[in-house]
Amino acid sequence: MYIIVVGGGKVGFYLAKELLDEGHEVLVIEKDEHSPRSTFIAEELGDVVLKGDGCEAATLEAAGTGRADMLIAVTGDDEDNLVACQVARARFRVPKTMARINNPKNELIFRKLGIDVTVSATSAILNQIEQELPTHRLVPLLHLRGRAGLEMVEVRIPAGSRIIGKEASDVLLPQGAMITLIVDADGNPHLPAGYSVHAEDVVIAVSRVDAEEQLRRALTER
Amino acid sequence: MRVVIMGCGRVGAQLATMLEQGRHEVTVLDVRPSAFSRLPASFHGRKLIGNGIDQDVLRRAGIEAADAFVACTQGDNRNVMAAQIAKHIFNVPCVVSRIYDPIREEMYHMLGLRTISPTKIGAELLLQAIEGGRAGE
Repeated sequence: MYIIVVGGGKVGFYLAKELLDEGHEVLVIEKDEHSPRSTFIAEELGDVVLKGDGCEAATLEAAGTGRADMLIAVTGDDEDNLVACQVARARFRVPKTMARINNPKNELIFRKLGIDVTVSATSAILNQIEQELPTHRLVPLLHLRGRAGLEMVEVRIPAGSRIIGKEASDVLLPQGAMITLIVDADGNPHLPAGYSVHAEDVVIAVSRVDAEEQLRRALTER
Repeated sequence: MRVVIMGCGRVGAQLATMLEQGRHEVTVLDVRPSAFSRLPASFHGRKLIGNGIDQDVLRRAGIEAADAFVACTQGDNRNVMAAQIAKHIFNVPCVVSRIYDPIREEMYHMLGLRTISPTKIGAELLLQAIEGGRAGE
């Protein structure tokens, strides 16, 4: 396939390299002739760089966009990626256009305007982070002054936690941690003694900082 | 009319002033706070710092209730992107975009945007002036 890559930054460079390795015909369009990038790409990948503005019809004409199977716009600016794809589609009838987007909120407008595929690094990284973050976090509320290493913290009890139904004062906690108060879903406070825990209760506890992760697990794990 | 203008350059500032004189409600958007110094001291419309290709910024500028949106920053691509967001996401009834590059201007006109190319218009006026001048010799 003949694939045009607009933008010769890090993404453009590695993308072109991979595509070339897979046996495609590749042309990278890079605007900034003063940047060492295009020279670098040319040195690394051979004669595959065209200096010019990938949003301009004249540049795309020179790149032979009319016979391209695909155009991928991967500059750091969403507006440039959008226009490059739109010009490729509207003027050169490129069958498939793909764009990198930086602001995840732009996915909708790209889709509405007929860009076939959008890739958002920001969304991908965010998703990854959300998976890595514990969903039921322990929120530090207050550092107790004069008591080195003691904090007041808050933990929301997830549905499925093994302490649901147990009396709060009977829950096995790590050394240095103590439940002081439970706030139920309606906002009513309860003392731990004689109160059985429900899902979505918020537990307020005092804990040594080094015991907090153990405390979180004791309260939230299945 | 409620009008949102993106880009407070010479044209944007002049347009904002003219619209306000016509008793329209104007919000001007620019990424550089210094750009607002082009507005006259008598200007009472809203000035908002931000990039018009960001939908959150457009919302803050009141795009959802706007009757018209004008994109006149220095960047053609920024202008057409913001204009298309205004038209296709926020359904603003009247959207106009300035595009310097006559080729891009023609293309976006074909795609249904209301576009103005100062390059084309400027060159045409200059041509007329020259030809008119020679006719008078």
